[in-house]
Amino acid sequence: MRTLDKLLPGQKGVILKFDKVNIPMKLIEMGCLPGNKVEALYFAPYNDPIYLKLDDTYIAIRKDLASNIFIDLEI
Amino acid sequence: MINSINVALIGNPNTGKTSLFNRLTGLNQKVGNYPGITVEKKEGYCSLDRMNKAQILDLPGTYSINTSSIDESIVLELLMNKNNRDYPDVAIIITDVENLKRNLLLFTQVKDLNLPTILAINMSDRMIRKGIEIDIELLEKEFDTKVVLISTRNNTGIDDLKKSLINYRTLSKSTCLNLKNIDLKYFKNLQKLFPNESLYKLWIVITQDINFGEINRNKINLSSDLSIHSDKIIKELQHKETIKRYQIINDILKKAYSIDINKATDLRSRLDRVLIHNFWGFIIFFMVLILIFQSIYNWSSYPMESIDSAFAYISESIKQNFPPGLFTNLLSEGIISGIGGIIIFIPQISFLFLFISILEETGYMSRVVFLMDRSLRKFGLSGKSIIPLISGTACAIPAVMATRNIENWKERLITILVTPFTTCSARLPVYLIIIALVIPDQKFFGFNLQGLTLMGMYLLGFLSALISSFILSKVLKLNYKSYFIVELPNYKVPLFSNVFITVIEKVKSFVFEAGKIILSISVILWGLASFGPGEKFKNANEIVKSNPMAKEWSSEILEYEIGSYKLEHSYIGIMGKAITPIISPLGYDWKIGIALITSFAAREVFVGTLATIYSVGQENELTIKEKMRNELKSNGDPMFDFPTGISLLLFYAFAMQCMSTLAVVRKETNSWKWPLFQLVSMTIIAYFVSLISYQLLS
Repeated sequence: MRTLDKLLPGQKGVILKFDKVNIPMKLIEMGCLPGNKVEALYFAPYNDPIYLKLDDTYIAIRKDLASNIFIDLEI
Repeated sequence: MINSINVALIGNPNTGKTSLFNRLTGLNQKVGNYPGITVEKKEGYCSLDRMNKAQILDLPGTYSINTSSIDESIVLELLMNKNNRDYPDVAIIITDVENLKRNLLLFTQVKDLNLPTILAINMSDRMIRKGIEIDIELLEKEFDTKVVLISTRNNTGIDDLKKSLINYRTLSKSTCLNLKNIDLKYFKNLQKLFPNESLYKLWIVITQDINFGEINRNKINLSSDLSIHSDKIIKELQHKETIKRYQIINDILKKAYSIDINKATDLRSRLDRVLIHNFWGFIIFFMVLILIFQSIYNWSSYPMESIDSAFAYISESIKQNFPPGLFTNLLSEGIISGIGGIIIFIPQISFLFLFISILEETGYMSRVVFLMDRSLRKFGLSGKSIIPLISGTACAIPAVMATRNIENWKERLITILVTPFTTCSARLPVYLIIIALVIPDQKFFGFNLQGLTLMGMYLLGFLSALISSFILSKVLKLNYKSYFIVELPNYKVPLFSNVFITVIEKVKSFVFEAGKIILSISVILWGLASFGPGEKFKNANEIVKSNPMAKEWSSEILEYEIGSYKLEHSYIGIMGKAITPIISPLGYDWKIGIALITSFAAREVFVGTLATIYSVGQENELTIKEKMRNELKSNGDPMFDFPTGISLLLFYAFAMQCMSTLAVVRKETNSWKWPLFQLVSMTIIAYFVSLISYQLLS
C-alpha cells in the first residue's frame, strides 16, 4: 500500500482509503472514492502538482493532498 | 397572454453551459450582479413558441450542490428559496457526454430538491468519434425525467429542449436517493422533528449552513437530541451519501451507456505532451503572451488613430458650426472629448478579450494553471492566480472577482492585493501615448522598439505583482487549510459565437460602467478648468492685455496667453499648483499634476485630462499626441522628454489609481483595511520609484 503522490507517470492504481478529515468534499464528489481507478499522467515542474485520471475525470491536485490518499498499485 | 417560465441552467464547468445559454438567448441577455455580492448574474430570455417564453438564468458552474465557494452557493441559495423572484419552474442540468457519470451527481442532487429537472446531454456530436452509445429511453425511465441529446456546437437538439420546457408540468418531481438508505436511524429522527419538510432540504441545512424558510441550523440543533453538530458524523454521512449516489448512477449507466475504448482518439495526450512539457510548455506560454501583446499593439493602433482624429474633427466642427458660448464649449471640450476617451479603448479591450476567451474556450488556460502552480506557490500564490493576473491585463475589477475560485483564503487575499499591479487596459492609453512621445519608432532585431517597451511595461507589472506577493506571503500571518483541485477539460476548437458574445459583453460593460465615470470626470474637469475663483480669473483679459509686452503680440498669441492665464487661475490650475512642490522632483509640472489628481479616480482619464487642459489652452485643434509633443518646459525643452516620460510610465505602473478597483476589493475582502492598504502602499512605492528614476535619468 502506498500513497497517491508516490505514483510515477503512467502508473495506475485503485483507491483504497483516505484520510477523510483532510480530503475536501469536492474531491470526493469528483470521483475520489474507494474502489475507483486512478492513473498518474503527468507531473508539473518540480513534480508538483500531479495530473491524474481519476475515474473518468482529468484533474490536477497538489502532492500534499495526494499524500492523504492510499492506493493499491496496479501492475 | 404570453406565459413566462423561469428556467435555471445548472451544470459542471466545461460542459458548454454558457454555449447553451448563448444558443437559447442569443444577444437577448444581460449581465448584472446578485444583490450584495459581485458574482455575475447572467439572465436572458428565449421565445419557446407563440404562447410561451422562457426567462433563463445561467447559474455559475458547479460540480455539486454542496458549496465550496461563493459562486457555488448562489446555486444552492436559489434552489432552496421558493420565495426568490428567480426560483425556477424547471431546471436544465447540462452534462458532457464524455463525462456523464460525474455530471450526473449534480443532476441527482438537484432532482432531489423536488424540482422538475431536464437532463440535457451536450456534445452529442462527439459520440460517434468517441464510440459512445446511450439508451435515452432507458435513462428517461430510470431517472424518471426528460432526457435530451443536444450539441451546442452543431446547434442540434435545441428545439427538442425548448419543447420539453413548454411541457415542464408533465415532468415528475420524484427523487433519486432516499436518504434513509444511508442511515435509517439518523434520518428517521430528523424527519420526525420536521415531518412536513423535505428530508433532503433538512439535510442540506445541516451540512451547508444555509437557511431555508423557517428552518435554520440552530433550530435543528436546539430541537434535536441527535449529535448532528458533530462534524465528524456529518462528514461520514456526506461521504456515504456521495458513494450511494455514485452507486445509483453507476447501476443506471451500466445498462444505458457504453463506450468503445478503442475509438478514443488521443488528441488530449498528444497536445498535453507538448503544452505542459516542463520546458516547451513554458516557452509556448511565453510565445503566446508575446503574440497577444504584439497583436494588441499592432492591430489596435489603426482603429485608435482613426477614432482619435474623428473625435478631433467632430469637436472642431461643433465649435465652428454652433454659436460660441458656454454650451458649445461644454459640448466640444467636455462631452465630446470625454466620449472620445471611452471609445478609444474599445479596440484594445476587444482584442484582449478575444485572446483570453479563446485561451479559455480551448482548454489551454487550465494547462497554464497546472504548469504555473508550483512556480507561483513560491511567491505565495496559487496556479489559479494566473487567471486573475492575466485578466488583470484587461481590468483589475473582473480579475479581482475571478479570484473566487481560489480555495485558500491566504492565496486568494494575496492575489487580490497584487492584481492591481498588472497592466490593466486603463494604463494602456497612458503608456501608448507616452511611449509614442519618448521611445523612437525603430526596429530592434525585427521587433518594433515601442512594442517591446510596451511588453516591458507588462512584464514590469507582472514582476512587481510577484515580488509584492512574495513579501506579503512572508508578512501576512494567516493560516488556512489549503487545497487545489483543477479540472483539465478536453481540448476544443473555440466556438466563434461564444468568443464573439464575450467580447461584446466586455466592451458593453466597459462602455457603460467605466464609461460613466470617465464621461462625468471629463465634464467635471471641463467645469473646473472653465471656472475659477477670485479676481485674477475674472479679469484675465485685462490683466494679460495690460502686460507691457502685449502690444507686440499678434491676436493669436494674445488669445493663447489669455487662455493659459485663465487655466492657471482656474480651480483645477490651483489644485495642480498646490501639489507642484511634491511632484516637481518627479519631473512633472502643474498640468501633469492636474492629470495625476484626476487619475486617482481612474487612470484612463489621464489622456483625456491633458486633452481638455491643452485644448482649453490652445485654439487650433491638433490631436492629443501632437499637443503633448508641442508642450514645452519653462526652459524651452519638450515637456515630455525621456526622463519625465519614464518617470510617468513608472508612476502609472505602480500607483493605485482606480476607485472602482478599491470598491471591488472592499466588497471581496469585506473590509476597508485591504483597499486602504493597497492605496497607501502602492502610491508610496510609485512615488519613490518615479523619484529615483527621474533623478537618475535627468
